[in-house]
Parts: sequence; structure tokens; C-alpha cells
Amino acid sequence: MSSAADRRPATPMARQILEHHSLLSRARALPGEARFVLAVLTLGALVAGAGIGFLVVTGQLDGRWYDLRDLGNATAHFRGWTQRQGIHSAVPYLVTGLLGGIAILSLVGGWLVIGVWAERRLIAKFQIRQGPNRVGPFGLLQPLADAVKLLQKEVLIPIGADKLLFFLPPILIFIPAMLGWGPVPWAPKMSYADLNVGVVYTIAISSLGVLAVFLAGWSSNNHYALLGAMRTVAMMVSYEIPISISLLAIVLFTGSLQLSDIVAWQAQHNVWMIVLLPFGAFTFLFASTAEINRTPNDIGEAESEIVAGFHTEYSGMKAGLFLAVELGNALLVGAMMSTFFFGGYSLFGLERWIPGYLIMGAKTFLVYFGFVWLRATLPRFRLDQLMAFAWKFLIPLSIIQLLFVAVESMVVVQSGLPGIVTIGGSIIANAALTFVGVRAWANAIGYSPKEMASPPIMTNGVGGLRAAEQIRAAS
Amino acid sequence: MESPGIILAFWVLSAITVAGCAMVLVARNLVHALVFLVLAFLGMAGLFLTLSADFLAVAQILIYAGSIAVLMVFAIMLTPLAARDNANSLYLLPALASGLGMAAIVSFVALVTPWAELKGDALAQNDPPTTVAAIGDLLLGRYVLPFEVASVLLFFALLGAIVLVHERGSRESQ
Repeated sequence: MSSAADRRPATPMARQILEHHSLLSRARALPGEARFVLAVLTLGALVAGAGIGFLVVTGQLDGRWYDLRDLGNATAHFRGWTQRQGIHSAVPYLVTGLLGGIAILSLVGGWLVIGVWAERRLIAKFQIRQGPNRVGPFGLLQPLADAVKLLQKEVLIPIGADKLLFFLPPILIFIPAMLGWGPVPWAPKMSYADLNVGVVYTIAISSLGVLAVFLAGWSSNNHYALLGAMRTVAMMVSYEIPISISLLAIVLFTGSLQLSDIVAWQAQHNVWMIVLLPFGAFTFLFASTAEINRTPNDIGEAESEIVAGFHTEYSGMKAGLFLAVELGNALLVGAMMSTFFFGGYSLFGLERWIPGYLIMGAKTFLVYFGFVWLRATLPRFRLDQLMAFAWKFLIPLSIIQLLFVAVESMVVVQSGLPGIVTIGGSIIANAALTFVGVRAWANAIGYSPKEMASPPIMTNGVGGLRAAEQIRAAS
Repeated sequence: MESPGIILAFWVLSAITVAGCAMVLVARNLVHALVFLVLAFLGMAGLFLTLSADFLAVAQILIYAGSIAVLMVFAIMLTPLAARDNANSLYLLPALASGLGMAAIVSFVALVTPWAELKGDALAQNDPPTTVAAIGDLLLGRYVLPFEVASVLLFFALLGAIVLVHERGSRESQ
């Protein structure tokens, strides 16, 4: 029982800040053997990386099945091999379909386990706390403990609940969260289902979750649940429109509904859509936070007002499923955002050397980090503010931008001028539209930033980091 | 249509669609009926997919399973008679008559339409990789008038909804 005495006591915030170690200082404090092993591992990784880099640069991998820069190569070779062997053509589809499905499931499932920990730790960093750090090293086993706790809990069904419809929603809401990963392109030839109508499919799949949310709230027979459900449904229905219009602007430029074509267009013209359509990117980001119920738009499950919104009455692993879907959807929106606006797997020619899925994954997690940042920073909007923002601001401006883009895309395609002129002109025009349009529209609907709020107060101004520094200096 | 997978998919999806529609009629709870209707919509989308009508399938999911279902949710929530455990069917005869009429019209159109029956290589040649471009051409070319009429109709429906719910506070105060 010595561990209980050795365990670090729960300390006040100031002490925890003092004890905060950087990663480098932790590495320096390691014993000699561990540092030796670490050095050997690092050296081995560097050598292996150099070897792979040499193979890639000299072009010895091109066209081989083990060319891991694009897993589509392996699939194509497998298909050719089955054709030569005379195996039925359905077999490669079945095998690759199963493997791809398992890959998507394990990506999302793995993230559901790690993501809970990562998000809590990150938000703790933003708020100068420690976050979960008791279970396992750095608190890494916390999600497993949470999952075990959720599994053990009794799944209650309220007496007044509609039995069938109370059972369905956790499953219904999980299906679109998985299906949405289908058309995401991970590399030029690597995509689970590269649909011709990928953009419409994305919008359609995201609209399926609305019904599950409503059913969850309605069948619970609970005021808070129904209120949360109606709020969420109203919000999701409203914000689907700006999302669709901003995606339509992208489709006008690229001339294709296929996600891989959209990425290929951005790679070919060496421009990211966020540069070309800044207002569209903002609309998509803001509206998708509303679609997936994340702060600053999580009014549907505002814990401080209506308990937990539409899943108030759910307990045990069913509630866990709702939370998990929320986390998985955030990652999915990160993938969509990086596909549509950040060039997907392309990185200005670097995708020829680095596997595209690594670039895509890095971008996805960067966008996800942005979501966590927003969650740690912003308070939530009121419901009427949110709806007014969608209907009075985002939708009209998106339509105006769509008209601009319609003209610009015709110029880009038909004028015959070099791309740098037409696309550069479009970038300038859209940036000007964003700047002027947002100001003018805000004035027109009677919102003037000058009259309204005081300038934002940074954390430094109210204690925060400065207080931390003072404690450091004092000790 | 020869491959066994397609035939299996056709029968399974048809069974889902028909069962969903039947349950819509049988279910006494309106929200249950709505869920079964969405199931039928999804089955229809699957049937479109087996006919390689990709855009139509996705539009079916987007418009019917996504939007129309939510519209019905709002209609149910806003109608006092349609609360929980509603068992009233006030418009049984008109509903039956209009349903039969619709069925008659659709069957008539399906029977008189000269379907191009292609098989094997001819089918493969005439199967376009995507139907989006063809649908777009038809909508803004040959069928531009019905398309525009439909959009004007929807626009007036929108205006009508706004006029109906508009609070005439300014006029009453005069």
C-alpha cells in the first residue's frame, strides 16, 4: 500500500503550474539506459526514413504494389492478379471493400478512444489546468476507464418513453457518421468509394442525422430532451443551406461533384480553396460546427440550460454512443474541410514524395485542433442569435458569393487567359467581396461592431498567464 | 441486370420499400409512420442505385429522407391533433381516392413510355459514367420551362408561408 502514500497529492493550480515540465526536460530527466534506447530508436528511424526517401527519389517504387505512397496501387495490382488467375471479378471488390471498411472503422474507433483523452488534455492546456493525469502515464488510460464505466452502467428506459424509437437513435446517428467517410480521397487513387456525386452525397448523409436527433428527443418524453432536439433540428436545418451553397461555389470552380476531382483541381492549379473562397471556408467551418453540435454552436445540448439536450434520458453506453458520434463527426468535418478547402492530400507537389494519406491526416487533425481551440475559447451563442446569423447573414452573403463565383468560373474556363491571371483575379475579387460584403451587410442589417462591444480581453489581462509568471518568479 | 448481386439487391430493396410503405399505413402513431416512410425512401434510393441513377439516389436521400422527413416532423409537432397516440384518420376517403389516382397516373405513364431495353454490350455502351451532366442538360435545356415553373411555384409557396405567419402589428396599430 505504499503507492497511496507515494502518489502525488491533488495540488492547487499554482503548484501544478510550478511542477509543469516541458517535453525536453522530461527527456533529460530519463535514466541513461532509456536515453540510449531512445537515441538508437531515433537513429534507426532516421536511417529507415533516408532509405525510403532514396527509394522514392530514384523512382524505384513507381508502379510496384508495395508503393505505399498510394494504397490504390496495391489494390490495382491485386485486381490485375485476380484477373490473370481467372478469379471472379467480384472477389477483389469484396476483399478491398471489407479491408477499407475495417480501416475506416478502426480509424474512427481508434480516434474515439484517443480523442477523448487528447481533447480533454488540450482543453486543459488552454485553460492552464492539468487535465486527466491519474489513470496510467499522462492519464492515457482514462478513455478506457471511462468506456468500462459506461459499459457497466445500467441502460435505463424512462416509463413514458416510446420503446422502439428510444432504442433506434443511437444506432441511426452512428450510421451517417461512418458513411460520411466513404468518398474522402486519401491519395490520388486511394478512396473508399470515389462517387461521381460525392459532394451531394456528403450533404445528403449529413442531413440523415437530423431525424435521429429528433427521434431521440421526442421518444424520451422529457421536456429538456424535446427542447434540445427541436433546437438541434432547427439549427441543423438552417445551417445545411449555407453549407450547400458554399460547397456549390467550389463545384462551380472545379466543374465536378467528385471529391477526388476537387482535390486534383486544387493540386493542379496550386491554390487552396480557402484562398479562393475565404467566405465560403468560413461559412463551411461555422456551419459545420452547428451541424455537429460543437461549441460555439452547441446550443442544442447546452449543459448549463437544458441538461444535455436531446440525449438527456440516455444512460450507459447509449449516451456514450452519442458522445462518440460527436467526436467522430468532428474528425469527419476536419477531413471534409481539408478536402474541400485545404487541398486534401496535395501539398504543392510534396505529395509525390510523401504518402498522400499522411498529408491528409495531418490536415484533418490540424482542423480538428482548430475545433478544440474554438471549444476552449468561445462561449456559446444564444439560439436566436444563431438562427439569425444563419438566415440573415450567412445565406444572403453566400448567395451573393455564388453569383460572383458563377461569373468567375466562366472566366476561368472560357477566357483562355493563363490561370494565374484568372484565378488570381478571382482571389482578389472574392477577398474584396468578403471584406466589403461582410462590412456592408453587417451595416445593412443594423449590426455595427463599433457601437457594440468592448474590445476583447485577453487571458493575460485578467490573471491567466501573468499570474502564472508571477508565481514562477516568486518561487 | 443479369448479375445475381443486382437481382438480390433488387428484391431486398423492394421488400424494404414495400414493407416500409405498408407499415406507414398500419402504424397508428404518426411518428412511427414517419420513421417507416423514411425507411421506404431509403429503399427507393437503393433501387435507384441498382439502376445506376447515382444522382437520383443521392437526391432522393437528400430531399426525401433528409428534408421532407424533417418538414413532416415540424408538421407533426405543430398540429394539435397529431400529438402522441393519435388514432384519428379524418381524411380516409379523400386520401384513398388521391392515392389511387396517383397510382393510376404513374402506372399509365410507366406503361405507355417506350422503355429502351438494352442488354449486354449495348447496355454497357449506353451506361454513362455519371448522370449528373445529362440531368443538368435536360433540366436547363429541353425541360427548362417545367423547371422554371416549379421554381416559381416554390418561390410563391415561400412567399405565401411568410405572408401567412407575418405579424401585422404595424397595420393594427394604425
